[in-house]
Amino acid sequence: MKILRLAAAAALLVISSASAFAETTLRIGLAEDPDVLDPTMARTYVGRIVFAALCDKLFDIDEHLNIVPQLALSHETSADGKEVTIKLRPNVKFQDGEPLDAEAAKFSLERHLTFPGSFRKPELASVDHVEVVDPLTVKLVLKTPFSPLIAQLTDRAGMMMAPKAAKTEGDKFALHPVCAGPYKFVERVQQDRIVLEKFADYWNKDNVFIDKIIYLPIVDPTVRLANLKSGGLDLIERVLATDIKDVRADANLKLSSAIELGYQGITLNIGHDKNKGPLSQSAKVRQALDLAIDREAINQVVFNGEFKPGNQWVNPDHPYYQKDFPVRARDLEKAKALLKEAGVTPPVAVDFMVPKGPETEATAQVVQSMAAEAGFDMKIRVTEFATSLKQAEAGEYQAFMLAWSGRIDPDGNSYVFLHSKAPQNYSEWVNADADKALDDARLVTDMAKRKEIYRKLTKLEMEDEPILYLYHRRILIAHTNKLEGYKQMPDGLVRVIGLKLK
Amino acid sequence: MLNFLARRIAQLIPTLFFVSILIFSLQHLLPGDPALVMAGEEQDPAVIEQIRHQYRLDRPIPVQYVYWVKGVLSGDFGESLRIKVPVRALIEQKLPVTLQLGSMAIVIAFLIGIPAGIISAVKRNTVWDYGANIFALWGISTPNFWLGIMLIFLFSIELGWLPASGYVSPTENLKASLAATIMPAFVLGNAIAAVLMRHTRSAMLQVLESDYVRTARAKGLSERSVILKHAMRNALTPVITLGALELGTLLSGAVLTEQIFSIPGFGKLIVDAVFNRDYAVVQGVVLVTATIYITLNLIADIAYILVNPRLRG
Repeated sequence: MKILRLAAAAALLVISSASAFAETTLRIGLAEDPDVLDPTMARTYVGRIVFAALCDKLFDIDEHLNIVPQLALSHETSADGKEVTIKLRPNVKFQDGEPLDAEAAKFSLERHLTFPGSFRKPELASVDHVEVVDPLTVKLVLKTPFSPLIAQLTDRAGMMMAPKAAKTEGDKFALHPVCAGPYKFVERVQQDRIVLEKFADYWNKDNVFIDKIIYLPIVDPTVRLANLKSGGLDLIERVLATDIKDVRADANLKLSSAIELGYQGITLNIGHDKNKGPLSQSAKVRQALDLAIDREAINQVVFNGEFKPGNQWVNPDHPYYQKDFPVRARDLEKAKALLKEAGVTPPVAVDFMVPKGPETEATAQVVQSMAAEAGFDMKIRVTEFATSLKQAEAGEYQAFMLAWSGRIDPDGNSYVFLHSKAPQNYSEWVNADADKALDDARLVTDMAKRKEIYRKLTKLEMEDEPILYLYHRRILIAHTNKLEGYKQMPDGLVRVIGLKLK
Repeated sequence: MLNFLARRIAQLIPTLFFVSILIFSLQHLLPGDPALVMAGEEQDPAVIEQIRHQYRLDRPIPVQYVYWVKGVLSGDFGESLRIKVPVRALIEQKLPVTLQLGSMAIVIAFLIGIPAGIISAVKRNTVWDYGANIFALWGISTPNFWLGIMLIFLFSIELGWLPASGYVSPTENLKASLAATIMPAFVLGNAIAAVLMRHTRSAMLQVLESDYVRTARAKGLSERSVILKHAMRNALTPVITLGALELGTLLSGAVLTEQIFSIPGFGKLIVDAVFNRDYAVVQGVVLVTATIYITLNLIADIAYILVNPRLRG
C-alpha cells in the first residue's frame, strides 16, 4: 500500500512538473484570412495583426501614440528635413540567424521602394535613396522633407526582412517569411490557420513567454465568440458592439478596448456627381445634412453607446484633434433654414451608397430617418464592397458611407481623401487652400506648428463638407482570464510581448 | 457500346469548352475590379496599374481567356491574386476536405432518412409516422446557418463536447477530425435526410400495396422478412438514385456550412474568392466542380446502360 502511495505521489510529481514545462499555445481568432505575409506586398488590416508577432519594425507606438524605438534605437532629422539618420539596435538577428545590420536595413527599405507591385512604395515615396553610414547606422535621403516618415516606419514600411531569404524566395517570400520579430513562421494552411513559434534568438526574448501562436480565421462573429466561450480560442478580435454585454457577463472572459485611429463617415460627392444633385451643388445643403444628424443618438441606438461620436479625421482623444471645432449638436431648425437659403425644395433626394454589413446598414438607416426630418430623402442603396469601391471611383453616388482603418500620423487620415490630386478623394473636392495646408503639414515636424496648419484644414473641411465624419469605433478584443498582460493599443493590433498564459 | 462511349466522351469536350467560356465571361460581368479590391485601403494608382499589368487585367477579355485556357490545358490554373498561391495547390488542398464532409453528410442522410422512411410507411398513420413526418418537415425547412449556430451553442458552449469550429485532417488525428466535422456533416446531411425520408416513405407505401408483397405475406413469411427482403429492396432503387442526385445539394450546402463552421474546404474557398474578386481561383474551382458533375453524369449514363440493355440502341 505504501509503495502504491509512493508511486502515485511520484506519478503526480512527474505530471505536475511536466505541465509546468508544457508548451503554451495562444490561439487567436481573426475576423478574416490574411492576405500575403510579405511586408512589402501586404495590404490588409488583419495581416498586420499577424505581422505584430512575426515582423518587428524600426519603430513602434505606445498607448499615447508616441513613437518609440523597436529595431531602431533613435532617429535624427537634419535641419533642412531632407536627411533622416537612424541608429539600429545592436545584436539583433533575423529568424534564420542572419544579423540585422545597416546593410540589411538598407536592403529591406530598398525592397519596399523598388519591388514590382510594392504597396510600400507610395508610403516611402519621399525617400530618394538609402545610405549605409556605419554597420549600425542608415541614412534616408529624402526628395522633400516629409514629417510623417517616422510614423510610416512604425508600420509595414518599417518591417525588416532577412535579405538572404528575401533574395532566394523573391515574390514567394510570403510563403516562408523571415523577419526579426518574436515569433517565427512555421506553417500556413489557407483559410484555416497560421502557426508561429517562439524565436529563441529574439533580441527581447526575456519578455516572450508563450511558445506558440496559432491564428485561426473565423469569419462569423457569433461563431468566433462561441469558440472563445467554449475554450477553443484564447483571444478574438473584432467583437461586435452588440456582444459587449455578453462578454462582460461571462466571468471567464475579459474585454480590452481602445478607440480606433480610423473613422466612419459619409463621403459627399461634390466634384463628379453626374446628376448634379443639390448636395453636390451647394455647401449649404451639405451643412444642412450635417446638422440633421445626431451623432450621439447613432452611438446610442446602433452601438449601445460604446463608440465615440466624432467630426474630424482623428478621434476626439487624439493629440491632433482640434478642440475648438467640437461635435455640433443636432439643429433641425437651422438645417431647414439652410435648405431654404440654398433655394431647394424638400424633399432633397440623395442616392446613398452603403457597403453591405450589419453595422453600416444600421447606421445608414438611423441617418436616413434623422435626415428625413430635415427634408432629405436618403435612398439607401446597399452595395457589395468591391462594387462600391468601383462606383465611388466612378462618381456613381451622391453620398457614400466609408470607413477608414486609420493611420498613426494625421496625414494618413487626411491627405489621400482630401487633397485634390489624391487617389482616394472620392468626393473630388478641389480647394487650393486645403491642398496647401495638406502639403505644408508634411514639411513641418514641430507638433504645435503642424497642429496650427491642420486647424486651417479643419475649418475648410467643415465649411465645404466633402466628408461628414460620424463616429470612431471601439477596437474590441475579448480574451480568456487565463491570458495575462494584455494591453490594447490604439492601432488595434495584438501585441504579444509580455503575454502569459496561466 | 464502345461507339456510344466514344460519342459521349466526344461530347464532353465541347461541353467543357462552353462551360469554360461561361465561367470566364460571367465572372467578368461581376461589377468591381480585382486590382482595386486587392489593393484594399492602399489605393495608389501607380501600384494598381502595376497589378493590372502583372496579372494581364489590362488586356482585352478574349486575350485573358486565351492565356487562361492555355494554362489550364497544361495543368496550370494560374495563381491566386490575393495570396499568391497556385490555384492548383489550393484545389488539391481543399477538395479532400469537402469530400470528407460530403461523404459523412451522405452517410448521415442515409442512416437517418431511410430507416425513418421505412418506419413511417410500415407504421402508417401512427405516432411513428407523424413523428417522422414532423422531422422531415423540420429538416427541409430549417436553414443551415441557424441549425449550425444552434448546434454550436448546445454542443460547444453549453455541453463543451465538440469544438465550435475548425478542421483537423483525418490523417493527422482521426478522432479530432470526426469531432470537428460531425456537426457540419449533420447540418448538411439533415436536409438531405428529410428528402430521402419522404421519398422512401412514398416508395415503400407503393411497394407494400403491390401484388408480390401480398403474395409474400400469403406465403406466411414473417412481416420482418416481407419488409426487409421483399419490399425494401425494390423501394430503395429510386431512392438511391435520388441520393446521388442530392450530391448537388451537398456541394451548394457546403458553401454555407463551411462558412459557419470555418471549415477550410471548397465552399469557403469559392466564397472568399468571389468576394475578393480572385478571378483565377473562382475560375479554377468552378471548372473543377463542373468537370466533376459532367463526369458523374457520364458514369451514371454508363451505369444505366449496363443495367438496361434497351438503352444501348
